[in-house]
Amino acid sequence: MTAPVLPLLVVAVLVAAGVTLLLERSLVRLLAGVILLSNGVNLLILTVGGPPGEPPILGVSDPERMADPLPQAMVLTSIVITLGVTAFLLAMIHRSWQLTGADEVQDDTEDRQVRLRARQGELSQAVLDRQAAYQQLVREQRAELARLEEEHHEWERREAEELEQRILDVNVDLGRWLQEHKNDGLSAERLAERFAEAQQAEDVSKEGRERRLREVRAEFARRQREQAAREREIRKRLRARQRDARRQMRAAIREDRARQARAEDPELEGED
Amino acid sequence: MEALIPVPVVLPLLAVGLKLAIGQRLRRLQALISVGTLTVVLLVSLVLLFAADQQGPLVAHAGGWGAPIGIALVADRLSTLMLAVSSAVTLCVMIYSLAQSWADQEYKASLSIFHPAYLIMVAGVSDAFLSGDLFNLFVGFEMLLGGSYVLLTFGGTESRIRAGATYTVIGLASSLLFLVAIAVAYGATGTVSMAQLAERFSVLPQHVRLLVELTLLLVFVVKAAIFPMSAWLPDSYPTAPAPATALFAGLLTKVGVYSIIRLEALLFPGGPVGDILMWAALLTMLVGVLGAVAQTDIKRMLSFTLVSHIGYMVFGVALFSVQGMAGAIFYVAHHITVQTSLFLVTGMIERRTGTTSLDGLGGLAKLTPVIAVLFFVPAMNLAGIPPMSGFLGKLGLIQAGVADGGPMALTLVAGGLVTSLLTLYAVATTWNKAFWRVPPAGMVTEGGTVLETQEDGDGADPKPAAEAAGEAIVTSVTMPKLMFVSTAALVALALSFTVLAGPLSALSERAAAELLAREPYISAVLGGER
Repeated sequence: MTAPVLPLLVVAVLVAAGVTLLLERSLVRLLAGVILLSNGVNLLILTVGGPPGEPPILGVSDPERMADPLPQAMVLTSIVITLGVTAFLLAMIHRSWQLTGADEVQDDTEDRQVRLRARQGELSQAVLDRQAAYQQLVREQRAELARLEEEHHEWERREAEELEQRILDVNVDLGRWLQEHKNDGLSAERLAERFAEAQQAEDVSKEGRERRLREVRAEFARRQREQAAREREIRKRLRARQRDARRQMRAAIREDRARQARAEDPELEGED
Repeated sequence: MEALIPVPVVLPLLAVGLKLAIGQRLRRLQALISVGTLTVVLLVSLVLLFAADQQGPLVAHAGGWGAPIGIALVADRLSTLMLAVSSAVTLCVMIYSLAQSWADQEYKASLSIFHPAYLIMVAGVSDAFLSGDLFNLFVGFEMLLGGSYVLLTFGGTESRIRAGATYTVIGLASSLLFLVAIAVAYGATGTVSMAQLAERFSVLPQHVRLLVELTLLLVFVVKAAIFPMSAWLPDSYPTAPAPATALFAGLLTKVGVYSIIRLEALLFPGGPVGDILMWAALLTMLVGVLGAVAQTDIKRMLSFTLVSHIGYMVFGVALFSVQGMAGAIFYVAHHITVQTSLFLVTGMIERRTGTTSLDGLGGLAKLTPVIAVLFFVPAMNLAGIPPMSGFLGKLGLIQAGVADGGPMALTLVAGGLVTSLLTLYAVATTWNKAFWRVPPAGMVTEGGTVLETQEDGDGADPKPAAEAAGEAIVTSVTMPKLMFVSTAALVALALSFTVLAGPLSALSERAAAELLAREPYISAVLGGER
């Protein structure tokens, strides 16, 4: 038995057209899709029932040449059912048009609310995330500052220790030197003179050291000021960005609300 | 005994004709006809259940035409068990809706539209359960769908029409696909009798078999609302009137599950689709329950748990062992009653407070303790708190999964446990918000408050029909006794599955064994013609 190509082709076209129409949002096109689809399916049932034959009535035709009656019975049943459901669908479309003035499948309002809530959650989460990131940045900067300060104190302490050590050394040297020269029998006058010379040299080097210390202190204060200025700048930027984010969120929520209100307006339903 | 088999299908249809002939007079007689019909159907299905359990599958040949030419109605253990549970549920829901409409004095629409559509739906469900013929199964589906279209759009309010549009088109599309499957099956085998199909499919080439199996499976997956074909359900069910939603939730998806069981056990035993079903079951459970957790409306939350728990039944079927099938059958029986009673209670909450949104509810435990108890018990049962039947059903399925031992089965066991926990979370959240916390401002506690849930139709178009567009809910403090009684009866039925868990699971195991053996069904239908 060869496949009946033409009926099957018609079935394919009807079903394809029906499915395409079923995917539309317009209710009347949906109805047309259902009608085409059901015709296609009914034709398919008839086609698979085998080749045409004589009426299946005993005594009228030869049983060998009878057409298969079962697909015909099934198609009749399915036609009746489709007729009933089509009538119902038509009434429902009319009612929908009465109520909303639109010929479209409406969106589910609950779904929209769930979506809106999810969007709100996302936005506020984004604001929180950004806030947390900036706080983290400020914390890092502070830690850096504290570390620098600590380092500087350490350096100062070491410098002072060194200085004291050297004074101690000089004193020890001086004592030894005095002892030596006393032993040599030097005059007290000469001694005092030498001592003054040594004192002068010491003073000069001390002055130099103090100047350096002052410079370092000034440098440190400058760095601290810069640091503070940078921190102020970061805080200012943070506040500005938070303001921006909040404004964005408000705008987005407003927009969503507007969209929802628009979507609930049956005149505009489904156009977006 | 065989003469009783067509009763659950024919009697409701006769009752519809009688009721339409009576019209809107004789309200008491009308009510009596509805309740009487469903009572008789319940009794008949109980008798059939016992007979089928004792004697094996019973077959009635419609019009005296023998199988495989005529239409056979087959009552085996599975179909009569489904029939008995569903008849009990339909009777309770009918009493509930009668009590509601009598208390609200809404006889007109109730008697002329609600009851006929309801009874046609019951006839369709019975036909689908009893059908031994693929085309008759389609007719049963169409009957129950036709009734459900009318019930879902009952009153023609805007939200119901919106939901109805989606629901009707989904129903139609899947029905047309069913017809395609029937055409292909008939073209390949030359028969639509399920018993004969079962024999002939086994000798067909593998690819033809797989094509028919997958097409049929797709149809039933849509009807049973299994992921990824489940999105239509939570969108459409919650808008219908409370008794209709309860009935849909209890029965319609279960007819799909029943068909899947029949398809997999009788027509295509041991086919290669087991793995697909496992994945579908897992995703149905998880996606459904995650949806339930996100909802703020009790009805929608319940619709999502409904989808989610279908996954358990599919899991049982996909295991394809006696234990798994038995677990699935037990779970179907449990879930029909529990889900229906939860929706009925939600209907009472709506009647009392005018809303089912969790944002507008609170303190119900104090306000209406009886409703609180009626909600709490099935909710915990649904989540599977021991020792209730929900726990036993899940336990049976999990044992079957562990006995199977495959990696996929074990994954599903884990998924089932997670789903159970998340269900508990969802119902506990609902309980805390609606029943325990301090009532939110603006919650209606007085009776007689009229709440406009929707705006009236277009002001520029003052047709009488458009005036009814606003769906007004009138809150009421007094709840008709019968509403409580029928809901309590359902809750008690679900609890009785705990007490009678031994006999019931033994019965499901016998049903599963009979299903997987196939031979009793086939020889009972085809009899001497083989």
